[in-house]
Amino acid sequence: MILVRVIAAILEGVLVLALPPMLMSIVVKTKAWFAGRTGPPWFQPYYDLHKLLNKGAVYSRTTTWVFRAGPIVNLAALLTAATLVPVLSSHSVFGFAGDVILVAYLFALGRLFIVLAALDTGSSFEGMGASREVTFGTMSEPALFLSLIVLASATKSLQLSEMIGPQLFAARGAVGPALLLVVGALLIVLLTETCRVPVDDPATHLELTMIHEVMVLDHSGPDFAYITYGAALKFLLLGSILLHVAFPHPAQSPWIDVPLRVIELAGLAAVVGVIECSMARLRLNRVPLLLAGATVLAALAAVLALTGSVT
Amino acid sequence: MNGIGGWLPVRQGQAVDIAAIPCVASELFASHVTGGRSRGGRLSHLFGRRTSVDTIRLYAFVAFDSASRFEVCSTDVRRGESGEMHPLAYPSISRDWPAAQAFEREIAEQHAVCPLGHPWLKPLRYHATEDGAPAPWGPFDPTRTIPGDYPFYRVEGEEVHEVAVGPVHAGIIEPGHFRFQCHGEEVLHLEIMLGYQHRGAERLLLHPNAARSAIVAETIAGDASIGHAAAYCTALEGLAGAKVGLRAAAIRGIALELERLANHVGDLGALCTDVAFLPASAYLGRLRGEYLNLTLEICGNRFGRNLLRPGGVRFDIPSETAERMRKRVESLHRETLEVLELMFDQSSVLARFEGVGTLTEAQANDIGMVGPAARASGCRRDVRCDHPHGVFQFSHIPIAVETTGDIYARAAVRWLEVQRSLEFLVELLGNKPEGPTFGRIGALKPSAMAFGVSETWRGEAMHVAFTDDAGKLEFMKVKDPSIHNWFGLALALRGMAISDFPVCNKSFNLSYAGHDL
Repeated sequence: MILVRVIAAILEGVLVLALPPMLMSIVVKTKAWFAGRTGPPWFQPYYDLHKLLNKGAVYSRTTTWVFRAGPIVNLAALLTAATLVPVLSSHSVFGFAGDVILVAYLFALGRLFIVLAALDTGSSFEGMGASREVTFGTMSEPALFLSLIVLASATKSLQLSEMIGPQLFAARGAVGPALLLVVGALLIVLLTETCRVPVDDPATHLELTMIHEVMVLDHSGPDFAYITYGAALKFLLLGSILLHVAFPHPAQSPWIDVPLRVIELAGLAAVVGVIECSMARLRLNRVPLLLAGATVLAALAAVLALTGSVT
Repeated sequence: MNGIGGWLPVRQGQAVDIAAIPCVASELFASHVTGGRSRGGRLSHLFGRRTSVDTIRLYAFVAFDSASRFEVCSTDVRRGESGEMHPLAYPSISRDWPAAQAFEREIAEQHAVCPLGHPWLKPLRYHATEDGAPAPWGPFDPTRTIPGDYPFYRVEGEEVHEVAVGPVHAGIIEPGHFRFQCHGEEVLHLEIMLGYQHRGAERLLLHPNAARSAIVAETIAGDASIGHAAAYCTALEGLAGAKVGLRAAAIRGIALELERLANHVGDLGALCTDVAFLPASAYLGRLRGEYLNLTLEICGNRFGRNLLRPGGVRFDIPSETAERMRKRVESLHRETLEVLELMFDQSSVLARFEGVGTLTEAQANDIGMVGPAARASGCRRDVRCDHPHGVFQFSHIPIAVETTGDIYARAAVRWLEVQRSLEFLVELLGNKPEGPTFGRIGALKPSAMAFGVSETWRGEAMHVAFTDDAGKLEFMKVKDPSIHNWFGLALALRGMAISDFPVCNKSFNLSYAGHDL
């Protein structure tokens, strides 16, 4: 019995590591389908990562170790977070009371180092991107934490794997409306943190409008592969938190639980693709309004959950 | 219609004796030209032509659009009798009429003539003067790396930062350097530095082989081949006194409107790309190809190269081809308007366009804007209506005007023009006049000047041709509408967010090559 669980956990871990580029591929394919194009091959993100990992990196003479550390620290932080977040099944590799705070700040640590690496280049473009990333990151944080408060109060736990695990399934009847608001808030946080339309446009070539892409212009080769993979992994992690809240699963066999979650993730990627196709990007000075909206949704949910007015 | 003291009324495609162009004293030139403005004129062209070793003759063309008239006057700027060292100079026009600023910088750069009191004299294309004389801004080395060497306007302050973009860009566009002075995300000042594409087109146009010369005219701005070729042909036909047949004129009109459609539709799609609205961007990109293919059907080239030549057009449109094209245009008409409605109905797209990059009518008039960008600010000017030539004398296209002057207005003007060009095409393709399509033009009139203007999709392009006393082409002067409008882009950006620059730039979509010549 233990052996089966270990094998299942190892398989799940491999799946978690292999899945992120495929989710990006689903977004790209959805957009291509809307535009009447075939789009790149399904495995193109994997080919790209392979290509980048086999290339050399170019470093500007003005940069220091901070620039080189940026992509590695970012990826390491996200991989650490991946061990604490229940991604596909309802179990995480590690977990302790209060790990939810650690997960949130692991995301922040990754971002901090990407921003520092961008500032290290001294380029005006990357400085602009860093300033935007920090501004919008700061504004999406309240929405994320208020959402987590709702989950914590619903499940009476501060351990992420319990907050969005089967306990939430049990509690969903009591806090249903609040969860709906949290899903809305988390979707906006997901779009912001993973730099999708309407906040950022990952497909643009216009440096002056970019947020995330402009910060990583100077990275090349394996460094850029880490950044690309890290961004996809972040999408997977935030996406699974969102899905665990939107569709809590009861305690069930991992052989049903995991495939179901993978299908839901593919659906989420397709929804993100549809959002990207159905509207234009916001003006940069309107993005804070969107994030304020997410915070208000989450705050309302928190009020509902904490006052227990939802019964 | 007599000349009002010191001005000669001229029409496009008509040769006049060079000697008949009134010449005023150089000290009075500025006030004389500015007098044209107070009579309601618009500065259409201002350039210098060397008439002897120490004399530069300046010509000013002022357009009176509502009266369908151009007026021209000139002045001689000479080195004084006091000696060789006396520099060439005259009082600047730009001081009172900002529309002249780029032209005066061009004159200063080409002929080392100093416009005294020019508000901001600096190189336009960064090349040495024609005869190597020191330019008014002092000696400089045009072979050095340019952006770092250029006296950019600077804003000082604790939180002010500078962003330099180009000349190499991330997209597939032409080279140009943009220098932003920003306060956070807000642009305080934008300076545009061009000249990277200077090829000496005006000199290449003087090629003794007329066919070669026409090829150069078509490549002054590659996306406005027909527009430039039309202005060039009109100028040469004027010098030769040749009349172009009605059928040839109709085919020119069809080609010009197809070029306008391809570019307007393509640019509206590109605007959608820049605001990340995917469906319309992909669809309009495909439709642009359809319009280019219609031009391909006429002459075997998607951009209409080798179609227009002085004397007519080189390819006829047989009636069965015309019928096929008409059916195509009719189905494209429906499809294009559907996609444009999808675009203009999308509130998230409009939110990106409205109130961004605004240029007032007063600003547009002051700096002499032309084309859709001017019409978006409420200026009623369109060469096809104001100075009709060829087929536009018989079929009128109404002027499309908007008043808000923002990105939305520039997009909406193009939307309207797409509709009107489509209606015009359907009508003309179904009812083309008969007649010859080409007749070789004869010898050029000696010692004469003629010009041609045409409404390219960007605005008014102008070619002016001078012959010497043997009837040989001696001097050509070209103006692409971009030279009027680049400064408008810089003005429109003031106080805007720097992240709105790309979409604002695309709404103007000016030519770098046309400016640099």
